[in-house]
Amino acid sequence: MAAIFTPGLTVTEHHIVQKTRQLPLEGEVMVSVGDMVKSDDVVAKTSLPGKVFPVNVANQLGIDPGRLSTYMRKKVGDSVTKDELLAETPGIMGFFKSEARAVVTGTLETISNVTGTVIIQADPIPVEIDAYINGRVVSVIESEGCVVQAMATMVQGIFGLGGETKGLIAMAASSPDEVIGPQHITADHKGKVVIGGAYVTIEGLKKAVEVGAAALVTGGFDYDEIKELLGYEVGVAITGGEDLGTTLIVTEGFGQIGMAPATFELLQKRVGKRASVNGATQIRAGVIRPEIVVTFDDEEVPEELVAPPEPVGITEGDLIRGIRAPWFGRIGTVSGLPVKPIKVGSETTVRVLAVDFGDGKTALLPRSNVERIER
Amino acid sequence: MSETAAPGGAIRSVLATDCGSTTTKAILIELTDEGWRQTWRGEAPTTVEAPFEDVTRGVLNAAMEVQELSGRQLVEDGGIKTPDVGGQGVDLYISTSSAGGGLQLVVGGVVRSMTAESAMRAALGAGAIVMDAFASNDKRKPHEQIERIRQLRPDMILLAGGIDGGTRKHVVALAEMVAAARPRTRLGGGFNLPIIYAGNQQVVGDIEERLSDISDLQVVENVRPVMENENLGPARDKIHDLFMEHVMAQAPGYDKLMGWVGVPIMPTPGAVGLIMQTIASQKGINVAGVDIGGATTDVFSVFEGKFNRTVSANLGMSYSVSNVLAEAGLPAILRWVPFHIDEKGLRNRIGNKMIRPTTIPETLEELKIEQAIAREALRLAFIQHKEFAVELRGVQQERTIADAFRQTGSGDTLVKMKKLDLIVGSGGVLSHAPRRSQSMKMLIDAFEPECVTEIAVDSIFMMPHLGVLSTVDQEAATEVFERDCIVYLGTCVAPEGEMKTNSNVLTVQLTFPDGRTESRTMGPGELWSLPAEHDPGVKAVLTPLQSNLDVGAGPGKPLTKTLRGGVVGLVFDTRGRPIQIPTEQSVRVPLLEKWVDAMDEYPTAEGQG
Repeated sequence: MAAIFTPGLTVTEHHIVQKTRQLPLEGEVMVSVGDMVKSDDVVAKTSLPGKVFPVNVANQLGIDPGRLSTYMRKKVGDSVTKDELLAETPGIMGFFKSEARAVVTGTLETISNVTGTVIIQADPIPVEIDAYINGRVVSVIESEGCVVQAMATMVQGIFGLGGETKGLIAMAASSPDEVIGPQHITADHKGKVVIGGAYVTIEGLKKAVEVGAAALVTGGFDYDEIKELLGYEVGVAITGGEDLGTTLIVTEGFGQIGMAPATFELLQKRVGKRASVNGATQIRAGVIRPEIVVTFDDEEVPEELVAPPEPVGITEGDLIRGIRAPWFGRIGTVSGLPVKPIKVGSETTVRVLAVDFGDGKTALLPRSNVERIER
Repeated sequence: MSETAAPGGAIRSVLATDCGSTTTKAILIELTDEGWRQTWRGEAPTTVEAPFEDVTRGVLNAAMEVQELSGRQLVEDGGIKTPDVGGQGVDLYISTSSAGGGLQLVVGGVVRSMTAESAMRAALGAGAIVMDAFASNDKRKPHEQIERIRQLRPDMILLAGGIDGGTRKHVVALAEMVAAARPRTRLGGGFNLPIIYAGNQQVVGDIEERLSDISDLQVVENVRPVMENENLGPARDKIHDLFMEHVMAQAPGYDKLMGWVGVPIMPTPGAVGLIMQTIASQKGINVAGVDIGGATTDVFSVFEGKFNRTVSANLGMSYSVSNVLAEAGLPAILRWVPFHIDEKGLRNRIGNKMIRPTTIPETLEELKIEQAIAREALRLAFIQHKEFAVELRGVQQERTIADAFRQTGSGDTLVKMKKLDLIVGSGGVLSHAPRRSQSMKMLIDAFEPECVTEIAVDSIFMMPHLGVLSTVDQEAATEVFERDCIVYLGTCVAPEGEMKTNSNVLTVQLTFPDGRTESRTMGPGELWSLPAEHDPGVKAVLTPLQSNLDVGAGPGKPLTKTLRGGVVGLVFDTRGRPIQIPTEQSVRVPLLEKWVDAMDEYPTAEGQG
C-alpha cells in the first residue's frame, strides 16, 4: 500500500516512553539498571564549573609576563578567596610593592607566562537531575545519566513554553471547543496540570500563573500574546527556558482551534493522575515537541499494547489533521493517495491526498499540509 | 555529448539530492542524445525529525518520487542503486546538506575588523553560519566572552589572529580564553570539539600547548599572513573536511548517507557559492545571488571579481518565518499584502507556519502572504550583505596598507546597485513560485535594482546540486546549468535618483527584432511590463525626464541599450528607490493591486480579499 511520510504528533494511551536523563557535564549517576524510580528521585548529579575570571596579574604588578611565576604566591589548583593575595613584587627596600588580589572566590586554573593572565574559576554550581517520570532504569550512560522507561499515556503538543514540571491532571474545560478564561481557573488548580479546550485567553493563562498551576494545556493560543507574556517575540521555535511559573502546552496551533477530540478525551480519562510535563520545543534538527506523560505505574496494561509502535507513513484509512488553511484544524480520514500532482488554489502544483471530512465531501489536500494522528 | 571519467568508469546518470532543513530535493541528471540534461525531480520532507530521525528516509522518499516519475529504478535494498545498469540505477549519487541548522561556527581573531573578519570570511565562504565572532578588542569583558562560548556549542571554532611574526600575546590570550571555556560540540558524541587554528604561525607551539588537550586542534596556514593579504583557502578546505568527519557523522542518518555518496557531501551554501562565481567569471559580469531557505537566507555577490557570501541565520520561510516578522515588523510585511487582512490573524498564520514548517500555501491568499514575508526576508538579508561585503574578497586579495585599515562594516560596500548586471534567485519561494512573474516581482521589490538589471531564477532549485556536480564533472554541470537550471526572467529598468512626484519620469522607446516599435512615457509610481525574448533582445532608448534621474548613462542622460527579455519580459519601474508605498491601507491596497495587474502576478478571479 502506498504511504507518505509526514511527521506527526504522538497522542497515544499506551506508549512505551523512554526518557533520557542526562547531565550537562559528566558527574555521578545515582541509579543502576533495573532500579524502579519515582519521578522526583535524583538519578544523577554533578557540579557545573563556576564562572571563569581572567585577571591580568602581570599588568597589575607592572612586570614582564615571562617573570610572573616568580611573583605568584599561589599555584595552579590552589583555592583562593575573594581579595586574597595572588602575587606581589618585593619592591625596593620593602617599599613600592605591587600586588594583585583575587577578584572572586574559587580555584586558580592557569597562570600564563605569555599573556600574564591568571584565570580563576569560581566555585562550582551543584546540579541534580531527577527521573522526571516514574519507571524503571533500563540503561545507564556512564558518568552522565540514565534512561528511564515506563508505560504511559503520551500526548505531544505542537508548541510549548516553560520547562519540566509535574502535577495531577485537572480539567478546566468540559469540551474540546471550550474557550478558557480566568473564570475557569480556580485556587484548586494550584500545582495541577490544567486541561483547557480550544483556546486560552491571555487573562486565563495569567490567572493560571497567579494560582500556581503547574501547567496549562490548550488547543490554541494567540501568537501575539507570547510577546505580552514574555516581553519578547519568539522568532525561532526553540523554547523551554522561559520562566513563566506555569508551563504552557499548545496542542494544535496558534489561533482559536478546538483541541483534537482524541487528545481531549485521553487527557480527560487520566484526570487525577500525576503527569510529567515539559514545554520545551525545538523545531529544528533533533526536533523536540512539548509533552504530557502520564505513567501507568501499578495499573494493569494489556499485554498486546506493550510493543512500541513503529513509525509508519500515512496510508488510506488513517486519521489526519489539516495543518494549513483552509483546512487548518479539521480532522478527516484519508480516502486516497493519487500519484499525479494537481494544481491547487494557489496555482502550486503539488501531490495531494484525498480526505473524507465526514460531511460527505472529499477534499484534495497537499500532502505536506496534513499530519497523521497516532491512535 | 560528453563522456566523463569518474571513479569506476564513465558517468551516464547522476542522482543528486539536497537535504534542506525543510525539504529534501532530488534531481536526476542524464546523458541524453542532446547532451547532459536534468530530466526528473522529486522532493519529500527532510526526515531529521522524530519519529524518523534519519536523513536517509527523506532522501529515499525523494528518490522514490523520481523513480515513480521516471520509471528508472533508483532505490534498492534501502539504499540508492548504483551503478547504472541498462538504464536502471545511477552511476553517481551526490548530495549537499543544510539540514540540522547547517554548519555552525564560532570564529576568533585579534582585531575584530581585521583577523576576526578574515576568519569570518573564511567560515562564510565555506558555507558556515557564524554564530559569534570574538576578538581581543571585543566590547565584552573576557569572562562574558567565555560564558558566551560555553553557551553556544558550535560545530567547530576557527581561531585566527596576528599576521605571521606579529603579536604573540594577543593570540595566546584568545587561545587561553577558549581553553577556559572548555567548549563542547553541538551534537555531543564522544569527541572533542574541532578547533582550527589559522593565525600567526610562529605561535603554533603556544596554541598547541593550550588547546590540544581540550580539543581536536587542527593547524592550517594563516588566513591573514600579512596585513595586505588574505589566504582563506586552507582554512576553508579544513572546515569542509571537518564538516564531513565530525558534523555530518553526528547528524541523524548521515553516517549512512556518507556511505552512499560518490563524492563528499558539501554544505549547500558552499555549493551555491561555487555556481555563482562560475556565472560571474564566465560572463564577466557583476552578479548578486540569493538562496532563501527555510531557516536561513544566503546572499552571494561577485563584483569586479570579488566574491562575498553572507548568511542571515534567522531569516527564512519556515523555521525562521516568525523571526522575519520579529525583525521586519508587521507593518513592513503588511505593506506588500494586496488585500485587507486582520493583523492578529496574520500573526497566527505566521506562527503556525513556524511550528509546522513543511506546509505549503494551498490558497491564493496564503501564497500572497508568504510572498509578502519573502520580500522582507530577502530585503533584510540583502541589507546585511551590503553591510558586510566591503573592501575585501573571499579568496585572496592585494591591497595597500591604507586600504587594509578601511575594512569595517561601515566601509564602502562593494555592492554598487547601478553596476549590478544580474540578480539570480534561488530557494523554494522563488524557484517554485507558481508564476515566474511572482519571482521577478519579489526580487525587484526586495533588491530594488537600479538602472538596467537582468533577473533570473534557478528553475527548480538545482544550483546546490550542480555546485557539487561541478567538483566531479564541470562540463556536465555547465551544460545542465545553461539548459535546465537558469531561467532568465527578463530585465528591470528603474531610474536611480530622487524622484519628483509631480512630473513625468521616463520615456521608453523600444524596437523589437521583428521591427515593431513601442514607446511610452511613464509617470512616478508606475510599473509597466511587456513580453520580450531573451535573444536577441529589444533595442531600447531610455530617456530620463528629470535631470537628476539616471538610467545608466549619467543623470538626465538618455541610454541606448539592448535589453534582454525572458520568460517574463521587460519591466519598467518608476516606483522610486526606495519604493514608495503609502502607509494608509485604503490607499495602499488599490495601488498594490494595480502593480499586481501590471505584471499579471496573480489570477484575478479570486484571492483579492
